Amino acid sequence: MTSDDLDTVRARERAAFAAAPCRLAVCTAAGCLSSGAGAVRDALERTAADGADSPGLRIIGTGCLGLCHAGPLLRVFRAGAPDVTYAHATPDLAAAVVRQLPDGRLPDERQLPAMHPFFAHQHPVVLENAGRIDCERIEDYVAAGGYAALQQAMTEMKPDDVIREVVASGLRGRGGAGYPTGLKWSTVAKARGAGKFVVCNADEGDPGAFMDRSVLEGDPHRVIEGMAIAGFAVGAEQGYIYVRGEYPLAVSRLRVAIRQAERMDLLGQRILDTPFSFRIDVRIGAGAFVCGEETALIASIEGKRGAPRPRPPYPASFGLWGRPTLINNVETYANIPPIIRSGGAAYARLGTERSKGTKVFALAGAIVNTGLIEVPMGTSLRQIIFDIGGGIPDGRSFKAAQTGGPSGGCIPASHLDLPVDYEALAGIGSIMGSGGLIVMDDRSCMVDVARFFMEFCRDESCGKCIPCRAGTVQMHTLLMRMTTGVAAERDLTLLEQLADMVTRTSLCGLGQTAANPVVSTLRHFRDEYMAHILEHRCPAGVCRMPRAPERAS
Amino acid sequence: MSVRTLTINGQPVSATEEQTILDVAREHGIDIPTLCHFDGLSEHAGCRLCLVEIAGSPKLHAACVTPAAEGIEVTTHSDRVTAYRRQIVELLLAERNHVCSVCVANRNCELQDLAVAMNLHHVRYEPQDPQLALDASHPRFIMDPNRCVLCTRCVRVCDEIEGAHTWDVMARGRRAMIVSDLNQPWGESPSCTGCGKCVRVCPTGALFEKGATTTVRDPDFLTYLKTAREQKLWIR
Repeated sequence: MTSDDLDTVRARERAAFAAAPCRLAVCTAAGCLSSGAGAVRDALERTAADGADSPGLRIIGTGCLGLCHAGPLLRVFRAGAPDVTYAHATPDLAAAVVRQLPDGRLPDERQLPAMHPFFAHQHPVVLENAGRIDCERIEDYVAAGGYAALQQAMTEMKPDDVIREVVASGLRGRGGAGYPTGLKWSTVAKARGAGKFVVCNADEGDPGAFMDRSVLEGDPHRVIEGMAIAGFAVGAEQGYIYVRGEYPLAVSRLRVAIRQAERMDLLGQRILDTPFSFRIDVRIGAGAFVCGEETALIASIEGKRGAPRPRPPYPASFGLWGRPTLINNVETYANIPPIIRSGGAAYARLGTERSKGTKVFALAGAIVNTGLIEVPMGTSLRQIIFDIGGGIPDGRSFKAAQTGGPSGGCIPASHLDLPVDYEALAGIGSIMGSGGLIVMDDRSCMVDVARFFMEFCRDESCGKCIPCRAGTVQMHTLLMRMTTGVAAERDLTLLEQLADMVTRTSLCGLGQTAANPVVSTLRHFRDEYMAHILEHRCPAGVCRMPRAPERAS
Repeated sequence: MSVRTLTINGQPVSATEEQTILDVAREHGIDIPTLCHFDGLSEHAGCRLCLVEIAGSPKLHAACVTPAAEGIEVTTHSDRVTAYRRQIVELLLAERNHVCSVCVANRNCELQDLAVAMNLHHVRYEPQDPQLALDASHPRFIMDPNRCVLCTRCVRVCDEIEGAHTWDVMARGRRAMIVSDLNQPWGESPSCTGCGKCVRVCPTGALFEKGATTTVRDPDFLTYLKTAREQKLWIR
């Protein structure tokens, strides 16, 4: 298939699209599927098949619509009418929707308000196709403008031009550290050596984070296209997507997508009949958090034990099997097609001075609208949590939000108006991270939160370096002493010393950031630590203190 | 081959392209503590004891894997890294069971030496004392994981020098263990040649010979072996 053939397919699909005035999109991401989206889809299809009176009706299984707590979600698109979204859809409701469609009078029950604030305040770029395309049909993606960026790169641009656009976009790594993507690409492009590799890090392991999973499940072709463009730009012919084993649906959709792309000559030998060849293989992780660290991920792809190694040499010069290797995260690759399509400068108009574009966040914890959102960089935490997220349920008050999972830190209420970007978050002791955002209300004990994340790091430490392996054990022990009411002030000193030492001396990012939750809760909620230590009391009432010495009342 | 000059603790030193900061420091009699490093083996960079400061860099650098680059100013014993090293040794002593008085490696143990050199007589951290099973199934050697510091010298020597790859690491974090083959008793290991190199590189008393009352320290034996193999020179 040539580039012109692809244009033909796109035109044909768009015509078919226009001929179907009505589309019913069921969210078939893992969240909605687990709450019964499969039955809703079956009911739609069955009812549509029964009554032959609904011409031009298309039923699609689409990617994550975002409002996960209200799943299964069903969205109705009609030509000339506003979209209607149903929450908690049931098979009965689905059947009623299909039956009433010809009259144009849809059932009122379970309809979300037309301008639901959850959707109104978002700015989808990475998630632009959610709701619009069927995640298992490459034709839908092509019709929505998919693979146009790859076509453009292959037919109109040189690798240098592609890199220049990525640099101009100001895109930074969405995996957490925020390393400038364009700089990484140009480093790999300049690295000497044949047989370079492009790797996609889809080992999303932070507790409460599901951004990358949703992108892979809902729009796998976008990631494939981003990787192929990256391969073209840096001169690699082989790509790997390293997906965590806990994401079987993402893996299966990705495999379907890769097969479809190969069939249409968008992957494989001589892509779109140009001299460029690129193939992608899927590698599945086996449940180790540390394999999200790039050198550990490389070791795991190589079939070795997933343990990090010291850098330098960086993967850009010495990566997979010793070859120059480009590693980016799922969301980073997903940003590439729009950057190439509309140009880096256009992309850079979104966001703040040093953090460009949008960021996908997974809202979890004590928040009304649990789900997946995408906002421009620089949106305030207050807008994210209260306007989009709907605030804190049960009339409770906001206490803190954890960004960056176990490597991040907490943000207290006093910083709610902070514009969320890489620098601002780092400035208050947290990190952007990959986009997990866990909201905590006044019933959360911050010492207990620190203990939870330390337990996570302790269990996920690979064990290679001593500070991380043994330091997390001791920090967890000290936090346990605090939460059970037997700690003394010297334990706090020990904890702070260890936090500093583990941060400074650990081999990889896991250990270097393992103490962040401790340091940031100490920074913003030191009084809670003191109450645990001096008064053997948990202000939030979370920690039971069976071993606490009797207090004189 | 280009030559580099740099300073370590203010002392000007020269280095070849291949040399690390650790190599150069040792050559000039500057003692940077190490535990996982062993002359003749690949670097593991896991013990973090050899971390040094380089002027102008906020990060600490593991001397064993950092090239001795032109013009850098290295400080090996700042108060900060000395305090970190002490904490690392303390963490190790609390991690498993390191009771010197009943250990075959007593007075011959690198961990003990480090603690003595740091004048470390008390451990502030809670002893974890994990009670791990000892493997005495091998006819000549014993593996006591309670004394293991997971430096992986045994893993590396078996893989890189003997070529048997009997040892490897199982599980992760505090549960990480050195295992023979597929976590089977050492004595039943089909790959072990019984060469005993692992026993000779073990820094503590985790690997020792049956019936021995003390362990042997021979830090040069691998370089000797490599020189003999590669250059046919049997010299110490």
